[in-house]
Amino acid sequence: MSQNAGAEVVLRLDRITKSFGALRANDAVSLTLRRGEVVALLGENGAGKTTLMNILFGHYVADEGVVEVFGAPLPPGNPRAALAAGVGMVHQHFTLAGNLTVLDNIRLGTESLWSRWHAGAREKVQRLSRDFGLAVHPDAKVGRLSVGERQRVEILKALYRDARVLILDEPTAVLTPQESEALFATLRKATALGLSIIFISHKLHEVMAIADRCVVLRHGRVVGEVDTHATDKAALAALMVGGELSLPRAEARAPGPVLMQLDAVSTPDRGAAPGLKAVRLSLRAGQITGLAGVSGNGQAALAEIVAGLALPGSGAISLRGSPVARWSPGEALARGVARIPEDRHHQGSIADFDLTENAVLEGYKTRFSRRGWMNWRAARGFAEGIIRDYDVRCPGPETRIRLLSGGNMQKLILGRAMAPGPEIILANQPVRGLDVGAIAYVQGQLIAARDRGAAVLLISEDLDEIMGLSDVIHVMSQGRLSPGFARGTMTAAELGLWMAGQKFGDSDAA
Amino acid sequence: MRLETIANPSAARRLGLPALALAATLAVAMALALVGGANPFAVLGQIATGALGSKLAVLETLNRATPLIFTGLAVAVAFRAKLWNIGAEAQLYAGAILAVVLGTGALASPLVLPLSALAAMLAGAALLLGPVLLKTRLGVDEVVTTLLLNFIMLLLVSYLLEGPMKDPMGMGWPKSTPLIPEARLPRIVEGLRLHWGFALAIIAAVVVWVIQTRTTLGFEIRAVGQNPEAARFAGMPVNAVLVKTALLSGGLAALAGWSEVAGLKGHLSLDLSPGFGYTGIIVAMLALLHPLGVVVTAIFVAGIFVGSDAMSRAAGVPTYIADMLMAVALLFMVLAILLTRVRVVRG
Repeated sequence: MSQNAGAEVVLRLDRITKSFGALRANDAVSLTLRRGEVVALLGENGAGKTTLMNILFGHYVADEGVVEVFGAPLPPGNPRAALAAGVGMVHQHFTLAGNLTVLDNIRLGTESLWSRWHAGAREKVQRLSRDFGLAVHPDAKVGRLSVGERQRVEILKALYRDARVLILDEPTAVLTPQESEALFATLRKATALGLSIIFISHKLHEVMAIADRCVVLRHGRVVGEVDTHATDKAALAALMVGGELSLPRAEARAPGPVLMQLDAVSTPDRGAAPGLKAVRLSLRAGQITGLAGVSGNGQAALAEIVAGLALPGSGAISLRGSPVARWSPGEALARGVARIPEDRHHQGSIADFDLTENAVLEGYKTRFSRRGWMNWRAARGFAEGIIRDYDVRCPGPETRIRLLSGGNMQKLILGRAMAPGPEIILANQPVRGLDVGAIAYVQGQLIAARDRGAAVLLISEDLDEIMGLSDVIHVMSQGRLSPGFARGTMTAAELGLWMAGQKFGDSDAA
Repeated sequence: MRLETIANPSAARRLGLPALALAATLAVAMALALVGGANPFAVLGQIATGALGSKLAVLETLNRATPLIFTGLAVAVAFRAKLWNIGAEAQLYAGAILAVVLGTGALASPLVLPLSALAAMLAGAALLLGPVLLKTRLGVDEVVTTLLLNFIMLLLVSYLLEGPMKDPMGMGWPKSTPLIPEARLPRIVEGLRLHWGFALAIIAAVVVWVIQTRTTLGFEIRAVGQNPEAARFAGMPVNAVLVKTALLSGGLAALAGWSEVAGLKGHLSLDLSPGFGYTGIIVAMLALLHPLGVVVTAIFVAGIFVGSDAMSRAAGVPTYIADMLMAVALLFMVLAILLTRVRVVRG
């Protein structure tokens, strides 16, 4: 048990439920925060963390459930109520005015900026700054501050408003390791002074370092609540991505020849996101290659390489044994690589285009036009075919795609990608945010494509999905790729160790 | 108060709000007339008769609309790709310069008209090529570069009119040598003061419309404008599409200057364009960037300007009312476009 077990309850979320259409973003989520405690809210993207915090902050109104701060229920849908009750939030993307001073930013929105007599304010900021170890000059222009300093201003802003509960949304995503350490020191001072903290993250080592308790969200539900002293990273990783098997499984198959190969591919780091570190990967015909890992460990960089969006900094890509000379999205498509992008809203579709236009985005030049003239009749027929074959629920092909649910949007993208009969398929988080029916459908299509002889690269943060579908599993951690493990040779716990980066030391040939 | 996006605005919202914007513009016009010391209804009536009241007025309005259709199309094409070409004014003058260069005797063949039109388009396209390459290669904001080119171009024209192009018979006025008759656009109907530039502008609008709706380039332009990330992901050559858009846009704007010189003025002077390039932005925005809509809004805007001239002579309200009306119409239309997609809610 945590040492705060007997302390006063400062925040209670009770059976919060919120649905968006068919998707249950939060399903009876309960959470209790006590005085002087750090609770980590863990979960992959789409697990429901942001929705929960938006409900707490009154940006959304919950379908069911109550929020209580210091024992008093918070009126729903009122962002000011949470602030007034003493709950402060530090967003991942800062909300500061760069051309104002630190002091003005802190006072902005709290009191009138017309009064120049703010000796009291200055004193208070200096006192908070000293008490919490948040070193930043009150008269410095925010635009000149480093990212770490700006975060301190955000925290000071919350403290200045007398917040007793601090919510930090992925606070270390933008920080260097040293800045993270300083942040943790501040958080420890804050809890010693009686503040309570909700720490949203999916970085396991940080959670282990700072949190007293972990609440793990998955598919909108609380799947676990553990004391950090009584657990380890591997167990948390397994909880987060799911160790139990419940989804459709693909039967094993004899693999075919290597269709795509990455040879010692490296890419530069991008800020906090690690680049690829000499990654070797072979995608074989008739095989689903699963890529597991906690998000932000280089999967995005790998997906960009395979999709043609980026070129390797060093290393080579080869297709069917011959190295590729030119590489771009168009080139990838021409060479038979189908892509299901991670972000179906911004990358996979154009919101204000109708279904016909979205259906032909990739094939308009080769299949739906002649000498520069679009063949809209054929395009429409093609869209109607996808709508029929992939069961896209919509009023018709002239519907704008923004009106479709995530599942139906994904089915259209899937149909578009599968139409030319691709030999290589990149499926990046293909079922994230979808309802159960759509998940089964999309996964069934990937298995069918494999059975036709396609090489499928499945990137997912959901270990169930990876273990259920993949013939070979690789794990990514800090941009490094593990060896491939054949189906059934690894348990979730063992994969969890690889995901936590602990296994790389002994086999680190890269 | 906060803003809420509307996923699927109703037809009433999409058509009603722009109509409301025009009505609000008229209301402001009447208020301005009142401030100007005249009867608001009389002022509106005089603007209407001044623009459309006689055959002569209608022809004058259509003549005035011609360059606006070209610049409006130039802006509509570019804005569709979210390429912010604010330099139609400069491209217009580039076209006008080429009309003079090739039309004052250097080329005396019957092909001088099509050749000078082609050259004008190339010049306008070339002028926009620089800003778009700076944008795609170095990320330089094209709003700034295209806008500043307007002033550079005006200075160049000023230099040309004082120097190399100066009309020796011009009594010292800064205007160019007049075009030879073969280089002039003929009138559509003999005896009526409307030249073939107007017909070409209509044809250009239809061509642009066909490009946008029927060709792969049009599809690419719209995709790049709506979501460049998705366009790139789908394999579209985003930068090449922007360059092609720029060439088309610059060429169209240049035709405005070419047709003003070859069809109306017969020579180049510094007052060739009373801001047709800038007004083209208003024309395109009022038309919601639709190429055929540009024809309608260009005639409407031209009518306001022509009508205001006539009204000013009769009612004594300054013609600046036309400029104010354009500004107000643009603001209301931008607001209307925003409000079709966004709703203001309390709390």
